[in-house]
Amino acid sequence: MKHIISMLIENESGALSRVSGLFSARGYNIHALTVAPTEDDSLSRLTLVTSGTSQEVEQIVKHLNRLIDVVKVLDLTEGLHIERELMLIKLSATGDTREEYKRLVDIFRGDIIDVTSTTYTVQMVGKSAKLDAFIDAIDSGLILETVRSGTVGVMRGEKCLHV
Amino acid sequence: MEMTGAQILVHYLEDEGVEHIWGYPGGAVLPIYDALDTDAKELSHILVRHEQAAVHAADGYARSTGKPGVVLVTSGPGATNAVTGIATAYMDSIPMVCITGQVPTGMIGLDAFQEIDTVGVTRPIVKHNFLVKNVDDLASTLKKAFYLATTGRPGPVVIDIPKDVQNAKSNYAYPQEVEMRSYLPVTKGHSGQIKKAVEMMLSAKRPILYTGGGVVLGNASAELIELTHKLGFPITQTLMGLGAFPASDKQSVGMLGMHGTYEANLSMHNSDVIIAIGARFDDRVTGNLEKFCPDAKIIHVDIDPASISKNVMVDIPIVGPVKQVLTEMISVLDKTEQALDEKALVDWWVQIEEWRATNCLRYDSTGSKIKPQAAVEGVWKATNGDAYVSSDVGQHQMFAAQYYPFDKPRRWLNSGGLGTMGFGLPAAMGAKMAFPDETVVCVTGEGSIQMNIQELSTCLQYGLSVKIICLNNGFLGMVRQWQEFFYERRYSMSYMESLPDFVKLAESYGHVGVRIDDPKTMQAQLDDVFSEKYKNRLVFVDIITDQQENVYPMIPAGAGLNEMILV
Repeated sequence: MKHIISMLIENESGALSRVSGLFSARGYNIHALTVAPTEDDSLSRLTLVTSGTSQEVEQIVKHLNRLIDVVKVLDLTEGLHIERELMLIKLSATGDTREEYKRLVDIFRGDIIDVTSTTYTVQMVGKSAKLDAFIDAIDSGLILETVRSGTVGVMRGEKCLHV
Repeated sequence: MEMTGAQILVHYLEDEGVEHIWGYPGGAVLPIYDALDTDAKELSHILVRHEQAAVHAADGYARSTGKPGVVLVTSGPGATNAVTGIATAYMDSIPMVCITGQVPTGMIGLDAFQEIDTVGVTRPIVKHNFLVKNVDDLASTLKKAFYLATTGRPGPVVIDIPKDVQNAKSNYAYPQEVEMRSYLPVTKGHSGQIKKAVEMMLSAKRPILYTGGGVVLGNASAELIELTHKLGFPITQTLMGLGAFPASDKQSVGMLGMHGTYEANLSMHNSDVIIAIGARFDDRVTGNLEKFCPDAKIIHVDIDPASISKNVMVDIPIVGPVKQVLTEMISVLDKTEQALDEKALVDWWVQIEEWRATNCLRYDSTGSKIKPQAAVEGVWKATNGDAYVSSDVGQHQMFAAQYYPFDKPRRWLNSGGLGTMGFGLPAAMGAKMAFPDETVVCVTGEGSIQMNIQELSTCLQYGLSVKIICLNNGFLGMVRQWQEFFYERRYSMSYMESLPDFVKLAESYGHVGVRIDDPKTMQAQLDDVFSEKYKNRLVFVDIITDQQENVYPMIPAGAGLNEMILV
């Protein structure tokens, strides 16, 4: 099962490599990883998507907690949460496909943010599964470039990850 | 007071109460070596002959005293040579601070002479590491390093200090306080869990205590002895835990695991409750996990939550310092009205004594060749069983663990986790430096000793009168044993050819060399080696042993604890 693990880490050089090094050293998967500073300059928020049995994921969380640069860890998938991912996808759009893709982007509530005579660049936000569905709906031969941010998320309601 | 980074380091180490620092100079630590010359008062520096040995020696000091070992090496090759030692300490959770020099900050990343990314190279084998970029952060970083190394689950911490930071000036005052928001070691086990554990222990019919290095590291030997005596349960100890509970006590069933005793492994396999304390269910202990202790409920006490339910699922986890948890267990036990199942325990002990009666550590001592087991027993007799004993890695390590029963903690120094050949001699040096009046023995083999033999020179310089017991069978014994059992006796590269004459080698280093090759004279010769005559001399004892001897009992790879090969 996929798990979204969110953590606050010290905003220091090397902190990210301690996290990624742990995953490679212990043979855990990382499907996606995203990290950026928070409102507190000294902290970064790192979100990663991994998979494994609940026992494996429990072990991952324990090992993350053991890293000195990791301040707090939360497995978002344990409770009600909101998850989002941003995708920029560049499509070859000529002839009939221009109108068809415009409609498809509307259906998926995306935006076409750059247009040339032969291409559309689409911006789309949503759960990873929705972005997957959009990609599946496009003729793969017409996809020129795909950039995805990796999943970020928060717990629903008042529950927060903070120091 | 304003001083250079190098001076700050030296003053800090003195203020921290560090007695010895093990190291080797080089370009990127010259300012520190200069400050040692000008500013050190109590702090003594021991010059080793190879950086790996510096780390093992600091490690041996830490294991024997419980205080952190401190190492100082230069950048590049100094740091990479130290890596094996750091990894050894990491695998066995030994408190250590390793200071490495680094090229000046302006040259980092430019492939400068003797530059290596020390923080990157050591990251997977340290509890934590630091690169100090600003001299103003040096003292507080040192404080954090010692705090991290010695608290919680201990481990090595590396501090990489660029040369310009060593030369830059800052005001120094010893930092009294340290606080890290992301590091809060557990100080107390959960009382509810401890109560539940005691209930489970009391209702057990076939219980066993399984204890490891955590009891030694956590200085909880006295509490373990008290608890074990109160319960009357059998106790087995891991290779790393030996000595925390006296081997001579009748409740001890010896070491468990791959080369553990028949009674220890069968007691584990047939138990209904296992109380694991400061042990981590290592693969050398459990054998095949599928077959591990099928009927047992497991209580696991450990300071590191990541050690719990890692290899074996646990029924009652207790995260906390072993000493505190055991103390609380004893007090719960004193107050409870629940009684032990005495009748079941009597039956259990009858069964265990039956297993013990197989006398699984027996060996044939009638031949004309010296048996390695007999040699270790001879050393035990000659030292009244009260020496500090380090070992290298291989058959001799197992023989030492099996035939030198330890009654006190911190007497047995060996690389259990990483299994580092070359550990023994420098580790013995560390113990000897800490306890100059005690007998310190290094049990080794002709293979292992050659991995750090250059330290004979250090021993002469500092008068470290270690007694080296080299069980010389002309083979990499454990490799040979596996080749005999599992590779149809194809002894590929396990025969040690072109061995030096160790007696002459010891003499050329200025020490005493003794050869023992006759079982009839062995004990008298060993008694002589450990007599007053050689109290202040390093003696290298080259004991020519039976080449064919194997370590028994043995659990082959993939087998369960109940599938042992006896003699």
